Amino acid sequence: MLSVFLKRLIQSALILFGVAAITFVLLYALPADPARMLAGRSATAQTVANIRHELGLDQPLLVQFMHYIGGLVQGDLGRSYAQKTEVITLIAARLPATLTLMAAGILIEVVIGVTLGTLAALNRGKFIDRAVMTTAFVGVSAPQFVVALLLLYVFAATLGWFPMSGYGTLSHVVLPAATLGILGAGWYARMVRSAVVDVLNQDYVRTARAKGLSQRRIILRHVLPNAVLPIIAMIGIDIGQFMGGVVVVEAVYGWPGIGQLAWQAIQQVDIPIIMGVTLTSALAIIIGNLVADFLAPVIDPRIRSN
Amino acid sequence: MFRRMLLSTTTAAFLALMPFAASAQDTPAQGGDIVVTYKDDITTLDPAIGYDWVNWSMIKSLYSRLVDYEPGTANIVPSLAESFTVAPDGLTYEFKLRKGVKFSNGREVVASDVKYSIERAVNPKTQGPGAGFFGAIAGFDDLTGGKSETLSGIETPDDGTVIFKLSRPDATFLHVLAINFASIVPKEAVDAAGGDFGKKPVGSGTFILKDWTIGQQLVFERNKDYYVKDMPHIDSFKVEVGQEPLVALLRLQKGEVDIAGDGIPPAKFLEIKNSPEGAQMIVDGEQLHTGYVTLNTKVKPFDDVKVRQAVNMAVNKERITRILNGRATPATQPLPPLMPGYDKAFTGYAYDVEKAKALLAEAGHPDGFETVLYATNTDPQPRIAQAIQQDLAAIGIKAEIRALAQGNVIAAGGTEGEAPMIWSGGMAWIADFPDPSNFYGPILGCAGAVQGGWNWSWYCNEDLDKRAMAADAMSDPAQVAERQAVWGKIFTDIMADAPWVPVINERRVVAKSVRMGGPDNIYIDPTRVINYDAIFVKP
Repeated sequence: MLSVFLKRLIQSALILFGVAAITFVLLYALPADPARMLAGRSATAQTVANIRHELGLDQPLLVQFMHYIGGLVQGDLGRSYAQKTEVITLIAARLPATLTLMAAGILIEVVIGVTLGTLAALNRGKFIDRAVMTTAFVGVSAPQFVVALLLLYVFAATLGWFPMSGYGTLSHVVLPAATLGILGAGWYARMVRSAVVDVLNQDYVRTARAKGLSQRRIILRHVLPNAVLPIIAMIGIDIGQFMGGVVVVEAVYGWPGIGQLAWQAIQQVDIPIIMGVTLTSALAIIIGNLVADFLAPVIDPRIRSN
Repeated sequence: MFRRMLLSTTTAAFLALMPFAASAQDTPAQGGDIVVTYKDDITTLDPAIGYDWVNWSMIKSLYSRLVDYEPGTANIVPSLAESFTVAPDGLTYEFKLRKGVKFSNGREVVASDVKYSIERAVNPKTQGPGAGFFGAIAGFDDLTGGKSETLSGIETPDDGTVIFKLSRPDATFLHVLAINFASIVPKEAVDAAGGDFGKKPVGSGTFILKDWTIGQQLVFERNKDYYVKDMPHIDSFKVEVGQEPLVALLRLQKGEVDIAGDGIPPAKFLEIKNSPEGAQMIVDGEQLHTGYVTLNTKVKPFDDVKVRQAVNMAVNKERITRILNGRATPATQPLPPLMPGYDKAFTGYAYDVEKAKALLAEAGHPDGFETVLYATNTDPQPRIAQAIQQDLAAIGIKAEIRALAQGNVIAAGGTEGEAPMIWSGGMAWIADFPDPSNFYGPILGCAGAVQGGWNWSWYCNEDLDKRAMAADAMSDPAQVAERQAVWGKIFTDIMADAPWVPVINERRVVAKSVRMGGPDNIYIDPTRVINYDAIFVKP
């Protein structure tokens, strides 16, 4: 068990290194020149050259990369080109907001998804099933930007139930998390439905029925625990999906997370911030998957014995 | 002999163009806390580094400078300096500082702070974009070249006197001392911030930064010790960042926001304008802006002046102003109408498709040619590029549009032989200070026609360069009118060579709540965008 853990840890470090290398090369292959973006329009050629030198951008790419990795292993993500602040400070200030949003979003999508998916499976072929599956289809297809603006317009601007934007209280988190959750719930509903349908056909469910157990007990004790397994793995993968989604949702709701930070850094060709956010996201995805992998055997004895 | 002078060198005529229209019912009241929103986070409040239109007005209010502009105008007045004199040869400027002005850390502002602040803005280690503005100060090359840590041209004989020695006369020098990069900062606070002065600013301006929650909000409070009485008017302003312009506008309509800094999205403009309170909410003001298409004189067939003139006649500028809901006027010359030196009588190239076709045929392209038009990829710029594309098609020119991120367009423009045409929208020239020279050097002069430069036409006319140099040496205040005329002529003469299509002068639109008072030109101040010192809440 420990050796498996170690192996996964080394794998993770290698993945992070790969992400860093690819992102770094891609960013520096762009024609946009950070020194010139910083220097602005009125700067003389010498000012641009001086800025480039001070940022170390006049050194060969490999030297710059080694320098970056050297800092990275010591936990130093460098300083923002445009803001001059330590990147780690900027990310640390915004990460809690993004994590809160993600946690709330995942909670909403799992609760909605599992409930609807189970309902659909139990009523297979009937109206409820078709209604749920159609809704799920619409949910996964709708662009996040549209859903976000729609929720905002209806529940905040028109009905006034929630604040239109901002951060800090529970009522602030509802709409942005719902935007993320509603879209994700569609996936979960479809997956849970097929998993539940699968389990319902298993021998042990028939046995349970034959024993005269109540429907409720069968679902809660025998069906859901067995159907829930793919959901755990799904959440791990989902963190990656969410990282993409938060950029849009944070922009619409003025949510002060790292998605906003990344968006602005991309506009400004602020490479240290883009690198930092990319690595943070990669790390979140890796951790998510690691946790999912280690939780699976805890929940399902079948995996443990393998 | 020093000659005493108190007013601007360049822009006496400016006042007539932009009256500070304060009416009796609109007298400023004291007090009030307001909320301002922006989409982008504030990058930095370090005056040596900040250079975007969002942080520009905040930096203006956090710090003070030797001289500044009268609100809403381009009129230079003494500020931190009590008075100043200029030597007849234009090479020496002497400033007497106000006594008793304090930084927000409590220490008095002295002459050595002025010297330190400008040396810091020029020092390559600061990585400041504005270093080049101070090029006329003696010793500039030694400091930027790393041979010295100070500027020999700034002397401080006592705590209350600063003397600038210039290596060449510079008619724009007072403007240079009024831009943000010349803001005065205390060395001890810069050192204490450890490279992060942009987040921990200390100045002696009208406002003090009280709180900054990264990614959320900044709170600025009135500096009660500010050296001008009854300035500023509001008690505080809170800047909420990360606010989508559409959402900001909805909040403004509900009364939660006082100024939506990003203006009104085109899709909402007519709705707001036609609403009952629309007239009070929309501030629509002229700014020192020209949007243009560069015609690369080093790329065939734009090396032929006839082709460039034909393109000038082919573009339907009226139609482009309609794309912007009428928030722009057609341009005839590189200078915007508000800029001193603008020639009202000059009509430029009128829209004339037949004449354009004839010129194109004369140049040997009766069937047109194929080319590429670059533009940035944020709305409405691609739509404007498409309008230009259609106009060009009408005279047989097939232009392929390349809509890219801003940084990539800038990179293409600064690479020799790369971009035949660029629509400047989204990157266009807005003046750093209200002087015509600011529209020449980097974007039309030979100095900008270099690798990585901003002269995307790669136009270099040495005769005009000489005239420009001569004009900027006319630093005697008595020559203001003459100098403006010389500059005006330079820009209309450029149009004979037609390196640009001057397309539009775009106005800026800001949305404000009905309780905000004051004339429009302090919400769209030509030198500082939103003038936080002058705006007020109606009693």
